[in-house]
Amino acid sequence: MKFDFKKFFFKKPLNALEGTEEAAAPQAEAEPQEAAIPEKLAEKCEGCGQIVLSDEMKENFGVCPKCGHYKKMDARARIAMCAEEFTELFADVEGGDPLGFPGYAEKLAALREKTGEKDAVVCGTAKIGGCACAVFSMDYRFQMGSMGHAVGEKITALFEYAAVEKLPVVGFVLSGGARMQEGIVSLMQMAKTSAAVAKHSEAGLLYIAVLTDPTTGGVSASFAFEADIIVAEKGALIGFAGPRVIEQTIRQKLPEGFQRAELLLQKGFVDRIAERKELKETLAALLKLHAAEVTA
Amino acid sequence: MNAYEIVKKSREKGRPTALRYIEELVEGFIELHGDRRFADDAAIVGGVGWLCGMPVTVIGIEKGEDTNDKLAHNFGCAHPEGYRKAMRLMREAEKFHRPVLCLVDTSGAYCGIGAEERGQAEAIANSIMEMIRLKTPALSVLIGEGGSGGALGLSAADEVWITETSTYSVISPEGCASILWKDSAKVAEACECLKLTATDLLALGAVDRIVEEKGFSEEFFTSLKGEIAAFFREKAKIPAEELIETRYRRFRKF
Repeated sequence: MKFDFKKFFFKKPLNALEGTEEAAAPQAEAEPQEAAIPEKLAEKCEGCGQIVLSDEMKENFGVCPKCGHYKKMDARARIAMCAEEFTELFADVEGGDPLGFPGYAEKLAALREKTGEKDAVVCGTAKIGGCACAVFSMDYRFQMGSMGHAVGEKITALFEYAAVEKLPVVGFVLSGGARMQEGIVSLMQMAKTSAAVAKHSEAGLLYIAVLTDPTTGGVSASFAFEADIIVAEKGALIGFAGPRVIEQTIRQKLPEGFQRAELLLQKGFVDRIAERKELKETLAALLKLHAAEVTA
Repeated sequence: MNAYEIVKKSREKGRPTALRYIEELVEGFIELHGDRRFADDAAIVGGVGWLCGMPVTVIGIEKGEDTNDKLAHNFGCAHPEGYRKAMRLMREAEKFHRPVLCLVDTSGAYCGIGAEERGQAEAIANSIMEMIRLKTPALSVLIGEGGSGGALGLSAADEVWITETSTYSVISPEGCASILWKDSAKVAEACECLKLTATDLLALGAVDRIVEEKGFSEEFFTSLKGEIAAFFREKAKIPAEELIETRYRRFRKF
């Protein structure tokens, strides 16, 4: 992306809490976002607050070399990290404003301009460790990956495409949930995507979901938890309701580590936890094994 | 009635709950309990019985009537074991080629420590996925509140009907108001924006039929029973594959 000096100097950069809080219908805490300096040499880690060289951060897969905090990755960076030969599919699909929800059309337009993406998911085909697969990757910058028509449509179309082309699907999930501004239409995406996942599964094909921070709400209660194999990224927040909503409901503080990947592993809801640096390797090994024929 | 009035009506005390519908619609109801995994969730009641001479499986989200009853049913907020019980009963219905009737009335799936630890998201996700591929006919009737994923978990049916003053929404109007305007007093405005009334939902295609309430009179239940029976008879003629494909297309259109 080209660095726009005018924008940078004259527009107040978004505060970490602005723009994300109304992202998703049910939940997801607004998490701190990328620092305000684009094209930077150094950045401040959101975990420990220390200044880290950007190159060093990049080499370390976006994991802070000082404290181990996982920086959020946008959809394309995630694909670039884990896959080769990516070819995008359904790039033209975009969502509308089905309810005429106050302020939503403007918000969408602003997000499109800011991110250069049409909505919160990027889909396509790629190779991971030499194995051909269909991939989707969700983008935190677009309303914290919330699912409205566009996200549901692209993911559904990808599973349908993969079922026809006999491809496994690898999905990098990141979402605060359903997109409130699309109301019932966003709720219906949960059913739509679930049906497509089921169809793909019935064709005997593999679906691996990689749950990243955060995976909550309507997305966790649909395609995120319908995979054959669920890999969670270390430390990711994964749940149905967001922690704040639960605290308000039960009027008590949640224990440390609640809804984190490690607890879900212990409770039996994810298959594995992957560190970011070993994620690609894990996916490649799983894909390779599933593609193999059992010979007598 | 405006949207806010309908929302209030959908939650009104004295409105018939799922068990009342079961009593009025189903003869010889035998309740079946438990998810065979962890517990029996009283927020979801299910079992088998006869509807106009036809064997059916009925699953309802029960809010409870008076205070003690409400507490016993956890105000109609189901835990994962509730959805797992529903899935188990749907599979049993499928095995014996029985249609499934779901009566939906919940402010939402329960959110709490136990519900999360036992996989609320996984339970709802798989409930949707299984129901949408069910080989026997399924009908969901929204009879009060259709609260988000907790309602959808039992609404991936061939058709979704709604009674006149019921609602169906991705988020509660209170939640919407507090997220969007940081002002829970703006609930009335949120009710309008969310397009959660029966007429709005019909226009959006999220429901297929609006059922007249007729003051929840005897006539209401009699005619509803007849309509459900006719629907199941019609669907029973359709081969499973076609049924599933039609259901797929019903949700694919969104």
